[in-house]
Amino acid sequence: MKKREAKFTIKRFLMTNIVPILFILLSAFAIPISQFSANYLIQEMLIRLARNSFLVLSLLIPIIAGMGLNFGMVLGAMAGQIGLILITDWKILGIPGMALAAIIATPLAIALGWMCGTILNRAKGREMVTSYILGFFVNGLYQLVVLYFFGYLIPIRSPELVLSRGYGIRNAVNLLGIRNCLDYFIPVTIHGVKVPLGTFIVIAIFSAFIVWFRRTKLGQDMRAVGQDMEVARSAGIAVERTRLISIVISTVLAAYGQIIFLQNIGTLNTYNSHEQAGMFAIAALLVGGASVAKATLPNVFVGVVLFHLMFVVSPMAGKYLIGQAQLGEYFRVFVSYGVVALALAIYEWRRAQERAYARRMFRGEA
Amino acid sequence: MSSTLLKMQGITKSFFENKVLRNVNITLERGEILGLVGENGAGKSTLMNILFGLPIIFETGGFEGKIYLEDQEMHFTSPLQALDAGIGMVHQEFSLIPGFTAAENIVLNRESTMYNFLVEIFGERLATLDYPKIKSRATNAIGRLGLSLDPDMIVSEMPVGHKQFTEIAREIEKENTKLLVLDEPTAVLTESEAKILLDAMRRLASQGIGIIFISHRLQEVLEACDRIVVLRDGEITLEKKANETNLREIASAMVGRRIEGLTQRTGEDRAFTKPILTVEHLWVDMPGETVRDVNLEVYEGEILGIGGLAGQGKLGIANGIMGLFPSGGKVTFQGDELPLNNPAVPLKKGIGFVSEDRRGVGLILDEGIAFNIVFTAMQIHDAYLKTYLGGLVKWRNDQEIVKAAKQYIEMLAIRCVHENQKVKELSGGNQQKVCLARAFALDPKLLFVSEPTRGIDIGAKKLVLDMIYQRNRQHGTTIVVTSSELEEMRAICDRIAIVHEGKIAGILPASSDSSEFGLLLMGAKASNEEGVISVG
Repeated sequence: MKKREAKFTIKRFLMTNIVPILFILLSAFAIPISQFSANYLIQEMLIRLARNSFLVLSLLIPIIAGMGLNFGMVLGAMAGQIGLILITDWKILGIPGMALAAIIATPLAIALGWMCGTILNRAKGREMVTSYILGFFVNGLYQLVVLYFFGYLIPIRSPELVLSRGYGIRNAVNLLGIRNCLDYFIPVTIHGVKVPLGTFIVIAIFSAFIVWFRRTKLGQDMRAVGQDMEVARSAGIAVERTRLISIVISTVLAAYGQIIFLQNIGTLNTYNSHEQAGMFAIAALLVGGASVAKATLPNVFVGVVLFHLMFVVSPMAGKYLIGQAQLGEYFRVFVSYGVVALALAIYEWRRAQERAYARRMFRGEA
Repeated sequence: MSSTLLKMQGITKSFFENKVLRNVNITLERGEILGLVGENGAGKSTLMNILFGLPIIFETGGFEGKIYLEDQEMHFTSPLQALDAGIGMVHQEFSLIPGFTAAENIVLNRESTMYNFLVEIFGERLATLDYPKIKSRATNAIGRLGLSLDPDMIVSEMPVGHKQFTEIAREIEKENTKLLVLDEPTAVLTESEAKILLDAMRRLASQGIGIIFISHRLQEVLEACDRIVVLRDGEITLEKKANETNLREIASAMVGRRIEGLTQRTGEDRAFTKPILTVEHLWVDMPGETVRDVNLEVYEGEILGIGGLAGQGKLGIANGIMGLFPSGGKVTFQGDELPLNNPAVPLKKGIGFVSEDRRGVGLILDEGIAFNIVFTAMQIHDAYLKTYLGGLVKWRNDQEIVKAAKQYIEMLAIRCVHENQKVKELSGGNQQKVCLARAFALDPKLLFVSEPTRGIDIGAKKLVLDMIYQRNRQHGTTIVVTSSELEEMRAICDRIAIVHEGKIAGILPASSDSSEFGLLLMGAKASNEEGVISVG
């Protein structure tokens, strides 16, 4: 009996952590081949942690509320980008520029999150696919606004932002004004490695917020709703409203996340930057060992490091191994979609197992 | 203030012409435990739904009668109002958050919180939880029940008994709970857990809380309750102090539902000796109908009934043998062991099945009658097919199908426009006949029929039962009927097995006295297979 239990836990541990384990093995194999120096890799990882963590953090709250992976976070990303376009036009630089972009993005993100949450409340149990498709739909609205309304209904003064026809934003927006302004707000260099301390502090504050949030009444209600909507409802918790709030918070955080992300990159790809934001953030979270129903702060940071380690290492590993860097390129896109598919399949499979186990327990076996 | 806590007066309720409660009067004193007993469909749940003001009651036209709580007339229109008035309910299914601790569940949505400045901006919901206080409140509630339950234990890791205790603790933690309804709280508990629960109930009663205890375990009802009310067909058939009645009296008050137009075929005792199907230690993981350990012999040529209350596992037996739910144990059919968990095998060997889930499993709703009738035979026996190229190509033989369908439509008097009418357009009774026709088309040696009369009108019920009876008499088909309607089974079966808590409680000849069946239904122990019952 005891032995069986022990075996069960090891198996369980492997099953719950199969994705991160796979990534650690792959990295262990690819890092030596890529011939990168430790210094270089550490620098890269620090940059990418700063760049991506906030976006990934924005996914946590809907998971707590049982709404799965919020593919709808791209809505927030778009709101953030609109804020960035405007402050670039108004030539507001540095931290004030970022803050203003965030202030502009907040009401937009709240409105979009409200819409998204309302729709997801009508699609209970199918939140992920619904929010995914919703992302495409809002992308259409975003293009309409950015491509036709900017410079037409919404005045844009800087000619370098506007397409030559007189309205619509150009494909690439240079964010030189705010580039790295948060990352190196407090300049720190250790052994030649630049530490983006400013961003890390913001991320730390928000991690603390999430820890604190879980201990609030609202956080408790979200956990209850996430685990069993009907029980929560019969206890008098406003289920729909709670779910809606979780999506709104997530969308707003995603807007801030995208601003931080682009602040680090330094250029905005007007029509593409947001598209991959959702998929890569979700893949990173899953690589960190999260599931559709459970995600923690360590999942976020482990996930960002492992996922981006693979990103950095695989093109070079591919080059040295086969002589083609494209293979690595191909590999990383392939891997990120593959990881999402694998994690979703494993989650369903594990749920079926748990249900069967619960039935056996109920019958009185084991 | 008088000592009467609850008075339900002249409660009458009908669902679409169908009267489920007739002028029921119930009173409950402070600190009293009232046992409410009755078969499925006797009206217990409807009565409780009325007490709680469930929306379904009002959606179906409301009810007649009056409810007084502490001499004040109540008009609940939602369960939340009933909760506010101090009525607590513990359900059969646990309504607990699996990932929360016992303490978190006990105070669910009534958590103690601490103020912080964000409350001013975003409202009460951003107050942080006061965990020490929550724990002390939970400990206090558990203490009132006199239980040992760790408030920090996660619900999903608890044994079922503890889950039940957590639910009760939640109800009594509410400050104003005066009345507690426990709906089959012991159904999932072991004997020792049930004993603890009964002790806890008495403790609560001694603190002045009135309790309505619904249970199918008569023994416990007799032990724990002060007064017992038996419902049958929506009427109170017995109301007595627990110490003035006994098991047998209760059992006979609850069984024997009236069924109009049904002829009892008694006086015909057939003897069978040759077993066609032997079931040993069968278990089936059918959700809601778990079979734990069933041993059963079905004799060739008989009609065997399987009865039992809802949720006890009677439906799981046929579903398990037919391979529709994960199952284990040993099943022998005509001397050969029957492999389980493979639906094709029993069908190939000549075992037919009419499912209780007519519209889900039984029929292909968007197809015509003819196709539905021949579908299984076509799959299993390659019947109604034309084969070409040495069997490589199989085409439907539509002529044969139509011919067969017409034959069955006439034989079973299926009322339809034509043989290709979609089955979803048929009435429940006619759909059931199509299901039977399909089973007959397989020409089975053994036929399982589950809940054959569920959801069909009285006239159709009689026809369906007659068909089952005739099939047995004319073709010698062995038939196992699983039904909640004991009286219907007594009309057509030779023997009836009663399932209780996933096991066979006993097998009796159909002509046995109804109180004997009542005792088995309630789980009174049968000492052996011959049906000698020890009343304890």
